[in-house]
Amino acid sequence: MNEFAESAIRAVELVASGDPELLRIVGLSFAVSATATITSTTFGLFAGAALAVWRFTGREGVIVLLNTLLALPSVVVGLVIYMLLSRAGPLGSFGILFTPAAMVIAQSFLVAPIVAALTRQAVEDALRDHGEQLRSLGASPFECALIIAWDERIALLTVALVAFGRAISEVGAVMMVGGNIAGVTRVMTTAIALETSKGDLPLALGLGMVLLFVVLLLNVLIGALRGWRLSGDQRRGVVA
Amino acid sequence: MIELQSASVHFGTVAALKDVSFALSRGDRVALVGANGSGKSTLLRAMHGLVPLAAGRRVVGEVPSPRVAMVFQHPFMLRTSTLSNVELGLVLQRMPKAQRRERAMRALERVGLAAEAGRIARVLSAGQQQRAALARAWAVQPDVLLLDEPTASLDPTAKREVENLIAEFSAQGITMIMSSHNLGQVKRLADRVLYLEHGRVLADVSSEHFFSGPLPDEATLFLKGELPWV
Amino acid sequence: MGLIRAGRRMLLLSLLAVIAFAAHAQQRSIVVASTTSTEQSGLFSHLLPAFTKASGITVKVVAVGTGQALDIGRRGDADVVFVHDQAAEEKFVAEGFGLQRLPVMFNDFVIVGPIDDPAGVKGRDVAEAMRKLAASKSSFISRGDKSGTHAAELRYWKAAGIDAPAAKWAGYKECGCGMGPALNMGSSTDAYVLTDRGTWLSFKNRGRLAVLVEGDTRLFNQYGVIVVNPARHPHVKTEWAKAFADWLVSAPGQGTIAAYKVGGEQLFFPNASTR
Repeated sequence: MNEFAESAIRAVELVASGDPELLRIVGLSFAVSATATITSTTFGLFAGAALAVWRFTGREGVIVLLNTLLALPSVVVGLVIYMLLSRAGPLGSFGILFTPAAMVIAQSFLVAPIVAALTRQAVEDALRDHGEQLRSLGASPFECALIIAWDERIALLTVALVAFGRAISEVGAVMMVGGNIAGVTRVMTTAIALETSKGDLPLALGLGMVLLFVVLLLNVLIGALRGWRLSGDQRRGVVA
Repeated sequence: MIELQSASVHFGTVAALKDVSFALSRGDRVALVGANGSGKSTLLRAMHGLVPLAAGRRVVGEVPSPRVAMVFQHPFMLRTSTLSNVELGLVLQRMPKAQRRERAMRALERVGLAAEAGRIARVLSAGQQQRAALARAWAVQPDVLLLDEPTASLDPTAKREVENLIAEFSAQGITMIMSSHNLGQVKRLADRVLYLEHGRVLADVSSEHFFSGPLPDEATLFLKGELPWV
Repeated sequence: MGLIRAGRRMLLLSLLAVIAFAAHAQQRSIVVASTTSTEQSGLFSHLLPAFTKASGITVKVVAVGTGQALDIGRRGDADVVFVHDQAAEEKFVAEGFGLQRLPVMFNDFVIVGPIDDPAGVKGRDVAEAMRKLAASKSSFISRGDKSGTHAAELRYWKAAGIDAPAAKWAGYKECGCGMGPALNMGSSTDAYVLTDRGTWLSFKNRGRLAVLVEGDTRLFNQYGVIVVNPARHPHVKTEWAKAFADWLVSAPGQGTIAAYKVGGEQLFFPNASTR
């Protein structure tokens, strides 16, 4: 229990100190994972919607594969992207290995299946119930899927948050393709891994608490934004 | 305007429509009656083109691509304002914003929901939502209006409101087909009645004939069930 | 539809961000593949700012095990490798992946173990200590990760006439991990661990572990720096890489290395001109 108490104290000290190195690490974690979430959500949403409506041979197989990718280990994604981006690999000439760009790419591939699979499920279910009425208004199957996706936007926002959570908490992929370079590609999770391997467990756990705290702030912010939108509806004469 | 020739529709192993031939002419006000599962909804969908035909053909006549709009028993409203919902058909037609806003507002006025334009559609009462669905259908200015038991889920007041609107539309000469369990409604709104049973059309007669004249036995039995005083 | 517009906007935004990230990376910098033990000793935080001040070149260190560091060099993903396994380094150059191996500094290994020393290894002779560990079938944590430290460990077993990985008694545990995690394991299970002094001095989670074997000349751990061969990988920033290697073996570089102390103790001993 002593170690946990010590960690909690370190966490508070870290946050209060405003240490520039810590701020840089937290900022990079957010920048990388947020960008990866935006990219993967864009692709995943359209892919999931398309998969919900498009009937083709092998569709069942694709869905099984997609659901399998939900369990993709982050270190495996890291390894594959590393081998692709390495100078010895096909995309080496871009020289983006060991940069935040590579980390964004790796995390995007990691979370895109999550967005696609969950979007497909949500859209397919709603489509089964209501797709016909949309088609009766002249919507093509793909337009139906997009309309449903937009209608289910609150559920899909949760999906995006799940994707972000997965991205910001993973360490395997960013460690491999980023290299945990001090001041350049060090993020919260790789910093925690580093401090753990240096044996400074209270600091490592303290950093972990800081990470959770910052993600908590994000979710509070999102909740507040939603509340502000909902109350706006109330002002317009709606009781939701 | 739209004609089904020996059309059959299968859902898996079940034959929902069997060898149905039916021609809809401009200005027709048709009612479909029959027990649950007799194929009324399927016939409407086949007329719209929403379901594929296992056999037979769907042919269009006078108007090469007739605009068809359909109102369902439980209207599906998106999580947005009533106005946006009514605009949906127009958005799909790629109508420019100003024009579709105006058309949608006129549709809402037509059904008496102009005041609710800004409200979230899902908080409206069932009757109001059905009127909004009517507005949504009316807004696309359809050549043919299809209605699938539009008042079946409504309380008596809402039923009357919606029925009156349908009556107004039909009085304006809109071509429509409506399925209904409510024979009083059929009498008031239709001039042609189709009786369906087990996916077949057993009678296709004028409204007068349906309620007074000689009918196949099954239809008579059906009528007896619905109208005890016949 | 509103969704498509939003989607396009989001895609554009993320592409811009990726490009921004990538662009930021193209400054006056080199990538050095080095080892976790060197990084964790804190040497780089002390050494690199001095080099950057002198040359204006930023050094980005990717710290992994020696085996992986050399692999990164072979693939051309680094401009310089800086590790501590002479045999592997010489092979690297012989195979044409590196230009030249320059000795830079040495530190030493020590064997740490529980302070009550149940196997009785305390002393100066590392071969003798290893013999006693095997004989008593003591708990021993091996890194097992092809690192410089692991290679050294295997050399000491050999010197003691023991084939430890084959003989593998129950207490011999290969973790496939870095120095820190290995020490963590050792301190939580009261096991013996071969470690470099640098990592040990900065290691905070010691438990009951203490230094038991030190001072044997065989325990000296030599570091070498190699510039990756531009003939193999034309994109290597040869000029800046050479600047780094040359600075390390130069007087100011060697002086900076010697000046690095943890708790008043010097960790690394520069020896560029002697070997």
